[in-house]
Amino acid sequence: MATLSFRSAIHDAMVEAMLADPRVFLMGEDVGRYGGCYAVSKGMFDQFGAERVIDTPLAESGFVGAGIGAAIGGMRPIVEVMTVNFSLLALDQIVNNAATLRHMSGGQISVPIVIRMACGAGKQLAAQHSHSFEGWYAHIPGLKVIYPGTVADARYMLQMAIADPDPVIMFEHVMLYNQEETLCESDTIAPMEQAVVRRDGHDLTIITWGANLAKSMDAAEQLADVGIDTLVLDLRCLRPLDVDALLAAVTKTHKVLIVDESWKSGGMAAEISALIGEQGFWSLDAPITRVCSAEVPIPYPAHLEMAALPQVSAIVAAARQLVA
Amino acid sequence: MSNGKLHISTPHLLFLLQQMIRIRRFEERCSVLYQQQKIRGFLHLYDGEEAIAVGVMQALMPADAVVATYREHGHALARGVEMNAVMAEMYGKVTGCSGGRGGSMHLFDVKNRFYGGNAIVAGGLPIAVGLALADKLCGRNQITACFFGEGAVAEGEFHESLNLATLWDLPVLFICENNRYAMGTPLAIEESEPNIYRKAASYGLTAQVVDGMNVVDVEAAAKVACNAIRNTGLPQFIECQTYRFKGHSMFDTQLYRDSDEVAEWRAKGPIVQLREWLMANHLIEQAQVSELEQAVDKEIERAVEAAEAAGWEPETDLMRHVYTPHDTSKPEGR
Repeated sequence: MATLSFRSAIHDAMVEAMLADPRVFLMGEDVGRYGGCYAVSKGMFDQFGAERVIDTPLAESGFVGAGIGAAIGGMRPIVEVMTVNFSLLALDQIVNNAATLRHMSGGQISVPIVIRMACGAGKQLAAQHSHSFEGWYAHIPGLKVIYPGTVADARYMLQMAIADPDPVIMFEHVMLYNQEETLCESDTIAPMEQAVVRRDGHDLTIITWGANLAKSMDAAEQLADVGIDTLVLDLRCLRPLDVDALLAAVTKTHKVLIVDESWKSGGMAAEISALIGEQGFWSLDAPITRVCSAEVPIPYPAHLEMAALPQVSAIVAAARQLVA
Repeated sequence: MSNGKLHISTPHLLFLLQQMIRIRRFEERCSVLYQQQKIRGFLHLYDGEEAIAVGVMQALMPADAVVATYREHGHALARGVEMNAVMAEMYGKVTGCSGGRGGSMHLFDVKNRFYGGNAIVAGGLPIAVGLALADKLCGRNQITACFFGEGAVAEGEFHESLNLATLWDLPVLFICENNRYAMGTPLAIEESEPNIYRKAASYGLTAQVVDGMNVVDVEAAAKVACNAIRNTGLPQFIECQTYRFKGHSMFDTQLYRDSDEVAEWRAKGPIVQLREWLMANHLIEQAQVSELEQAVDKEIERAVEAAEAAGWEPETDLMRHVYTPHDTSKPEGR
């Protein structure tokens, strides 16, 4: 039994992978001497040296592309892009190369890279540091997209991602880094691509992932107080989606609420809604409901930022309306 | 550089000539096949630039890696990718070097360490840096040769990649094929500093300019650069001044240049130049050239026949090659 933060969980996963496999190395902006923008890699530079914890210039396309090349060349790179907003500068390499090389080469090339990035709002970082673009990445065949919402998942899903032969994008919500959890050696962790039922229930299903898992669990507790029994499904992996788990939850509760921190229009929640509409329509007893961020770039002032994001109160209200 | 010339033997020069003719004739056939709609998509011919691929490949070892652009038929053939596999790929047949999934712009052949075939301008440069990084981290004394056009110099990835390669002492041979037009835009309109090698040198790596129409000059420069890379581990840059005789792709109507300009360059083309020099010095005769051309034509004919006869990948296999199969002990596909 050990109490671990989300930040340390990622740190430990990387250290363990680097100790176990000399092909694994970490590369990114300020990951070395500085200790990582969010202090995730603190101490790793001293432990592994400049050849395995590589500080890069501010050149996202260049160093993400170099990570892809190194992966092709037999290494197992972990590349940290400070925030998802900056990753847009590396979209060419991620979408045009990492995601396509296997296909275009007729299966000759695997790209075993993990690209980690912080994302999400809640720290008053305004519109260029707070966004949720996981749905964009989940749109791309050839990529795998994971989004751990618990400390244990951060610890073990990252290890699975490093062992995975394909490019994996891992999202780390900035509000989770300080979250702590007590981990047991005996905990069994579901495979990276599997969704997990975090709370069983009969009256409705909340589908969510990442930082909204905790909010959804809080909402489920409040709903229990008023006699509403909520199933909370943590997707964990947005590509590929665990469609079986989604449909099993829908079949059980017949009502669905999706909580997604990205925008509603054209987003991940829209995809999940459509999927349930296509494959689970006859199990539904009510229209699918979505709680997403307001259609606005995330504002700087705290009250407006909070107003833009899905909150527990909004989840509870939407759920109560759904089961009414 | 010129001292490299003195050691080159007649059989080697004949081999260089044969390689360039092989690429030229292969592409001429492709052009016809394109008009017959046997080859589809975009087709970018290397016509006029053959000396660069052929010259540079002479300096590389089998363990070295090659990264190229969408104008890469010449690089693939000169690198040793089998002509049958290249032609079948142009057709999109399952026997193609990329299993038919890539087409003309995406030739891959991992056994020859040929990593594309990249249709995004400058998209291959960071990949080359990464391949070299892997070599360095693993302590392998290998080179990654990265070909790109002068149009790529305007992209941010060019600058990011040269910076990284020099900063991290990576064994990359950057080869800029300066054919003077980025699609249809002349160099003077796209570059504040039209001397590409000077721009490259500002990153602190050794950069030189060479006549890209002279295969011997290219080979000599590449050998000098590769020796330096193998000895020092540092990147090198070669700007090859060349000219593309045909349009950017088969769709190009070439409104941006007149035919006199093309004719002027054709007169100093890489094949003409070497052939005339060999004949003027009585090192070969016309009969030998004809013989060589006939052998090449036979090889091309066999490649076309094989591509015609090859099968299409069944539609039931559509979803393959997106992710790595879980059982990696079994090689996927071909």
